[in-house]
Amino acid sequence: MRWQLTWNIVTFLFWKAIKMASLLVAISFISFLLVKNSPIDPIQAYVGADMLNVSQEQREKIEEYWGLNQPVMEQFMSWSSAVLSGDLGTSMIFRLPVSEVIGERFLNSIALMSVAWVLSGVIGFSIGILAAMNTGTWIDRMIKWYCYTLASTPTFWMGLLLLIVFAVWLNWFPVGMGVPAGVLAEDVTIMDRIKHLILPALTLSIIGVANVALHTRQKLIEVLSSDYVVFARARGEKGFTLFWRHGLRNIALPAITLQFAAFSELFGGAVLAEQVFSYPGLGQATVEAGLRGDIPLLLGLVLFSAIFVFVGNVIADLIYRVVDPRTREGKSYAVKQ
Amino acid sequence: MSILKVNNLSVSFKQYTSGLRQTTHQVISNLNIELVSGEILAVVGASGSGKSLLAHAILGILPLNAETSGQITYDGEVLTSKRQEQLRGKEIALVPQSVSYLNPLMRVGSQVRSSVRKRNAKQAQEEVFQRYHLKKEVGNMYPFQLSGGMARRVLVSTAMVSGASVIIADEPTPGLDKVVIEEALNNFREFADQGCAVMLISHDIESALKIADKVAVFYEGTVLEVAPVEDFEGKGDRLRHPYTQALWRALPQNDFTWIEGSI
Amino acid sequence: MQLSNKQLLKQPLNKRQRTLLVCIGLSIVVCVVVLTGILLDENRIATNLEVRNSPPSLDHLFGTDWLGRDMFSRTLMGLSLSIGVGLTGAIGSATISVILGLVAATMGKVADSIVTWLIDLFLSVPHLVSLILIAFAFGGGFKGIVLGIALTHWPSLARVIRSEVMQVRSLDFVQVSKKMGKSRWWITKEHMLPHIIPQMLVGVLLLFPHAILHEAAVTFLGLGLSPQEPAIGIILSESMRYLSVGMWWLAFFPGICLLFIVRMFDKIGDNLRMLIDPHHAHR
Repeated sequence: MRWQLTWNIVTFLFWKAIKMASLLVAISFISFLLVKNSPIDPIQAYVGADMLNVSQEQREKIEEYWGLNQPVMEQFMSWSSAVLSGDLGTSMIFRLPVSEVIGERFLNSIALMSVAWVLSGVIGFSIGILAAMNTGTWIDRMIKWYCYTLASTPTFWMGLLLLIVFAVWLNWFPVGMGVPAGVLAEDVTIMDRIKHLILPALTLSIIGVANVALHTRQKLIEVLSSDYVVFARARGEKGFTLFWRHGLRNIALPAITLQFAAFSELFGGAVLAEQVFSYPGLGQATVEAGLRGDIPLLLGLVLFSAIFVFVGNVIADLIYRVVDPRTREGKSYAVKQ
Repeated sequence: MSILKVNNLSVSFKQYTSGLRQTTHQVISNLNIELVSGEILAVVGASGSGKSLLAHAILGILPLNAETSGQITYDGEVLTSKRQEQLRGKEIALVPQSVSYLNPLMRVGSQVRSSVRKRNAKQAQEEVFQRYHLKKEVGNMYPFQLSGGMARRVLVSTAMVSGASVIIADEPTPGLDKVVIEEALNNFREFADQGCAVMLISHDIESALKIADKVAVFYEGTVLEVAPVEDFEGKGDRLRHPYTQALWRALPQNDFTWIEGSI
Repeated sequence: MQLSNKQLLKQPLNKRQRTLLVCIGLSIVVCVVVLTGILLDENRIATNLEVRNSPPSLDHLFGTDWLGRDMFSRTLMGLSLSIGVGLTGAIGSATISVILGLVAATMGKVADSIVTWLIDLFLSVPHLVSLILIAFAFGGGFKGIVLGIALTHWPSLARVIRSEVMQVRSLDFVQVSKKMGKSRWWITKEHMLPHIIPQMLVGVLLLFPHAILHEAAVTFLGLGLSPQEPAIGIILSESMRYLSVGMWWLAFFPGICLLFIVRMFDKIGDNLRMLIDPHHAHR
């Protein structure tokens, strides 16, 4: 049994890796074509405000330096072979290797996203259960109303509201920036970081609750009307025991999987929350790269976000494979009997 | 001695039909039956005619959009929904149709153990598995790993360990081979011989006749007639209702005559 | 068991009729917003420095901004612009879904796996990131944002249509038509489209909330509609500079109006789906 499970997982991961590779190649190619098509001038992005002082000669030199004067396909080949050897190029606005920028920003973002991920998961799951256990009552209707309204709420507007209330009116939090301005990096305390993390994380959690809650509610209602719960009731089980033995067991797995599969929305939400609170994470870097035409950074971020989303999906699939007995253990017993 | 009585039971559901109209759909109307300790009452009728709902109504586990009227008494006492909640699993046990009535994520042994009321759960489960020729490992399996016959025996085990005095078996035989059907039916006969009252809900009149004491004929949401099993013989002249006679004559070993439309 | 009659309270209308009424009511509200937004006089948002930075009052329901422009009028105009962009994007997206869904379901195994792969491809990058990428590629503005929305929102609806068509295809009457030698196109036209069109209508309505929210988000980030347009995203991103001095009304009202509109479309779409979809008949 054991080795068979391991074998299954290995083949599963192998196929996933191949699929990931094919998607990444396609994403790189399409993204590259797209950014090359852009009317935004990459040289201006590099030079910045001094553009007026740049002569035609200097311009050509820069073009040559970045390889911008070559045909698009050739540029793609040289970029992609560099990427394959681990070199994502140099960010034009940060003047640092793209991998370094992404690495540093990712650490900031992962702090933000993981707090929001855990919070929204736990809260969403709980209120989903609460709603399903009280189907049709005012509690259920309120939770449903709240979730549907949240699903229609612009993330950045929620961020602005929190900013108005907590940072402007109550003065509990700083208005922006991941760390206090004018303080040296080594002087930044953990408390400072946490203080700057709370509002964006709260924004993401408030919005992220809706999906899990509605899904859990739906699933639990389904489970509660399923044959096996009917039978459990027929055997006299009721109340919390019934919920614990037959409800929770069957809804926890889908909820956890859903949270992992929602990495894509999480990333998108982080882009907006980081922009509102000027939190120096990946999302803010993406917006900067897009606004200022930093092509190497933008491409690197697109690839990175795709890997991020993919990892979430693979974890979700893996959890099913390892935890759910229907996929974990084959039918082999029944055959033996 | 009559232990469970159903008087004038009606069950209906609210439903949306085509367009914007809402209708009430009556599934069971003015139904009367009576279960006697030590006897098997077979409730026979076409598949999908609402027989299972009768079982669910007795246990008080109908879906929320169902409405019921009428009266059910257990041991002379009127069954309120509160009383039903206390009795189900303890005095009245259900043997459901299929493996989908077992929690797919729970090992079957532990599901059987949860039905035990009066004794050591582990011991009771092991004994009942032995009695029904289920190997020890079966207790550690998940429902999807069971074969049809094994699932059947596991479901019967849950009723067996509960020590209930009324057993309601809902379609215990569909999709099983002859040997397994025989075995399942014999299990119910054993229950009755131990002094339980058994209600066997089935569309298979032929096999029901083999073990039942009385047969209730279910048609269009109600019971047309309750006849002792001896009346089902010859041309069925002792059967009172024309539908019952037709049902009897339609069996292959009899005339195999066509049941004419409705009555 | 005692008599338990839950239906003591007689309702004048049942749920389906109420659903239809809600749909009609909400649609009227949306139309009114769009029309006022379009018909509103440009003078209403003219710069008027005498009344700048004033909080909400009876004269200016949503207050005024730092140039004295009436925020109520700006919000209405922004909403109708956003609805326009959102609808255009949603319709474009729905068109792509229908085409790809049909192709996947009817053109054989190879086409199906290509479309499935495409769906995976478009779902593999976060929506907002691909939107930024596409908006960047087309240099922002109206074209970039509409193309971005149309190109990123189709996968979910394409999946629905694909499975719907596959289900219809296996039905008896389609199989019979096939045996009778009807052409693929004829079957598609006569049997498939009537099943798909309602799905598509609901699909557009349900895509729309995502479309309009993403439009506002990308515009807010500065990669969408240009700052001269009175879009909600622009209004909100401009407001950020004035929040720290306490001008909360600049962000609060436009945002909550956007929320209302999105919620309404969501509700209309959901209600219509309930009316069309037979699986919901028992509710």
